[in-house]
Amino acid sequence: MSLREITADDVESLAVGAWVLGTGGGGNPYLSLLNMRLLHREGKRVHLIDAEDLADDAYVAVIAGMGAPLVGIERLTDHRVFARAARLMEEHTGRKFDAVMGMEIGGGNGLRPLLVAAHLGVPVVDSDTMGRAYPEAQMTSVAVGDLKPCPLTVVDVRGLESVIETVPTWKWAERVGRKIVVEYGSTASTCQPPRSGAEVKRWGIHGTTSKAIAIGRAVREAQRTHADPVAAILAVEPGKLLFRGKVMDVARRVTEGYLRGVTRFDGLDEFRDSTLTIDFQNEWIIASRDGAPLAMTPDLICVLDSVSGEAVGSETIRYGQRVTVIALPPPEVFLTPKGLEHVGPRAFGYDLEFRSVFSA
Amino acid sequence: MRRIGIDVGGTNTDAVLIEEGKVIRAVKAPTSEDVTTGILESLKGLGSTGALKDRKIDGVMIGTTHFINAVVQRRHLTKVGAIRLGMPATASLPPFCDWPDDLAALVRGGVWMVEGGHEYDGRPFMLLDEAAVLKAAEEMKAAGLKSVGISAIFSPLDPSHEKRAAELVAKVLPDASITCSSDLGRIGLLERENAGLLNAALADLARDTIAAFEKAIRDSGIEAPLFITQNDGTVAEASQARRLPVYSFASGATNSMRGAAYLSGLSDAMVVDVGGTTTDVGQLKHGFPREANSVVKVGGVRTLFRMPDLLSIGLGGGSHVQLDPLKVGPLSVGYRLLKEGIAFGGKQLTTTDIAVAAGVLDLGDKARVAHIDAATCKAVFAEAARMAEEAIDRMKTEAGDVPLIAVGGGAFLIPEKLAGVSQVIHVEHGDCANAVGAAIAQVSGECDQIFKDLTRVEALSTAQGIANDRAVAAGADRATLKTIESEDMPLAYLPGNSVRVRVRVVGDVAAS
Repeated sequence: MSLREITADDVESLAVGAWVLGTGGGGNPYLSLLNMRLLHREGKRVHLIDAEDLADDAYVAVIAGMGAPLVGIERLTDHRVFARAARLMEEHTGRKFDAVMGMEIGGGNGLRPLLVAAHLGVPVVDSDTMGRAYPEAQMTSVAVGDLKPCPLTVVDVRGLESVIETVPTWKWAERVGRKIVVEYGSTASTCQPPRSGAEVKRWGIHGTTSKAIAIGRAVREAQRTHADPVAAILAVEPGKLLFRGKVMDVARRVTEGYLRGVTRFDGLDEFRDSTLTIDFQNEWIIASRDGAPLAMTPDLICVLDSVSGEAVGSETIRYGQRVTVIALPPPEVFLTPKGLEHVGPRAFGYDLEFRSVFSA
Repeated sequence: MRRIGIDVGGTNTDAVLIEEGKVIRAVKAPTSEDVTTGILESLKGLGSTGALKDRKIDGVMIGTTHFINAVVQRRHLTKVGAIRLGMPATASLPPFCDWPDDLAALVRGGVWMVEGGHEYDGRPFMLLDEAAVLKAAEEMKAAGLKSVGISAIFSPLDPSHEKRAAELVAKVLPDASITCSSDLGRIGLLERENAGLLNAALADLARDTIAAFEKAIRDSGIEAPLFITQNDGTVAEASQARRLPVYSFASGATNSMRGAAYLSGLSDAMVVDVGGTTTDVGQLKHGFPREANSVVKVGGVRTLFRMPDLLSIGLGGGSHVQLDPLKVGPLSVGYRLLKEGIAFGGKQLTTTDIAVAAGVLDLGDKARVAHIDAATCKAVFAEAARMAEEAIDRMKTEAGDVPLIAVGGGAFLIPEKLAGVSQVIHVEHGDCANAVGAAIAQVSGECDQIFKDLTRVEALSTAQGIANDRAVAAGADRATLKTIESEDMPLAYLPGNSVRVRVRVVGDVAAS
């Protein structure tokens, strides 16, 4: 079994890379980054383990923050509360965790397994269940795999603790869990249904923490040397440049508790005289060039600041920003008919046949 | 309308008199260590032709880089006691947690974290622990702290806990200056709190500086209200600026850009402001500088200010010139130009010496730079132009050629033709564009709040009303108010059609 230490510099890179993999949603990882810097300064060290090195009967915590990113930036992130969500699960099930993994590598949740691992003294699995950010609990590889959707712990810093013991489906887990989170003030730390080592090996999306670190390192190195950070990402990931332009309009609305809308970009450089629109539901869902669909979920659509290479979120994108849009390949598990049922364009209400920008 | 605009820069104090929209007179005086003398000199200069005699002045608007320089240079800062109302949340990330160590060591006078704050929907997050606030105040008193920063979760939505805590602290420390984070605006606890702590750290400097401004105006015999210009091209009354000095952080650069717009009559253009040491490049949109997109760091501290999006490069009228190999800047003689430049009897070759040699400027002693040949001058100007071109290209948001307004004392470095620029515009009084920008500054009001269960139209109009009232409270004439920003953001995951609305209005200063 090989463990790799996640260095202080890796954590900085992870924050940048996780935000890129957030594909517009998931919340900025900055507050989790501050917590991790603090833990590192206190001498806490966290190690990364590959899923294949887990014992089949290993007991793995799946960590996620749930709620509105906007509430998160007022209530902040506290590593102890995330650790408490995992401890509550241990108390409830009577088993100690052997490792921790993230539900979602994209956005703030990309760093939260590290916070819990620092407390529990166990490694972080280099896998997650989304390979990016998605808005709902059933939009995961473990839900595609029909793994058990419970129990689930939901914790608030004021001593509010809930265990959802039994729900029949992932959709119910999402609905009931969401209600509790809203009552807690629209932010909470959760420990998702625990997984066995065998389940992680079979259904996890692997290498995603390493991937986020590599992306972040490329961006930071390019910033340091004044090189093109977008080109740097495309040098370490088999992505595709979709568009370069300027934000011309952002139309947002809330339906069913989500931030939905459309952003329109006018092209620059070789994309002059061309228009790109991206539909979003928290995350970027469908990019269309001059009216024709160009890339769609589960392909990862990443909107990046053209100068800094850092990700731009759907909540904060603003008129006039100069951005570059790239696509990154989706996890294989979402490309099956069952996978597309969970996260394909129809899962977001678009009557479109999925066509990957990478299959052309 | 008759106004005086003054820009107190690191090198010069510039002053202009504007009457009915026309620049009547513009003067420059060296900035003095005590601030007052420089302003007095420049006001004396303005009045020397009798332009001010028996004239009613509607306002003196001063822009200064004093406050931001204090933070950047770690000077004249006051120790601050920080109270955060949010326990048991936020505990792992206390106030000052993301500050550079050297600045935190200077400013952090102590941290007290107590229960309090609100939820996004207005419910209290926790009841305010008044006893703990009083205890914090007693401990601050024992520690000799006189400046206090108070923050609370979601205080932009409901500032009542911050205000109550401020009352309690004032009972124990009646002379303390207290900054509530809700006075500084936006959602984002750490960044808002950081702004509040920086503001509290500037309490003594703001009091002394603004007192010096007031004394200078009084001593010059002018009777007019004092306004201080702010980051967004608007002004605040002196009393408000004394309370919230951080709002004046980036006013120098903003004033230059607003002045450039005014003097050229263009509202959409690139602006290059060439000073003594640096050149700032920015873009005008509707007469205001384009704002920076993201979190802005001031002296290494993350904040959420409205700041102009600027690119600064080390090119100016005092830039060192090295001939072999050719290099211009980033080192500069700065305000020592009149002593150290070769044309002035010094030893350091500067861009100004080159301009004197080339006959572009008539300054100093031309004989001292007679040995510099025309080819050398040409090469140095070409290098300066290349540096400016590169910076302009990086700041442009469109591919086509755009007009460029060149202002500032070093604007002679910007040639008539540049790549990517349709037209280079040099304007009269361009070397005092910053003082002109100060003189024409307006008053603003902002509302940034979450509304629940209102239609979009209702939420926008409520926010508009609040912003209007705030602008009027800040000294604006209600009849002239214009909305310059209106943004609504539905909040994902929040129930009850929550929407965050941000509205900003500006208007002319009301006649006194």
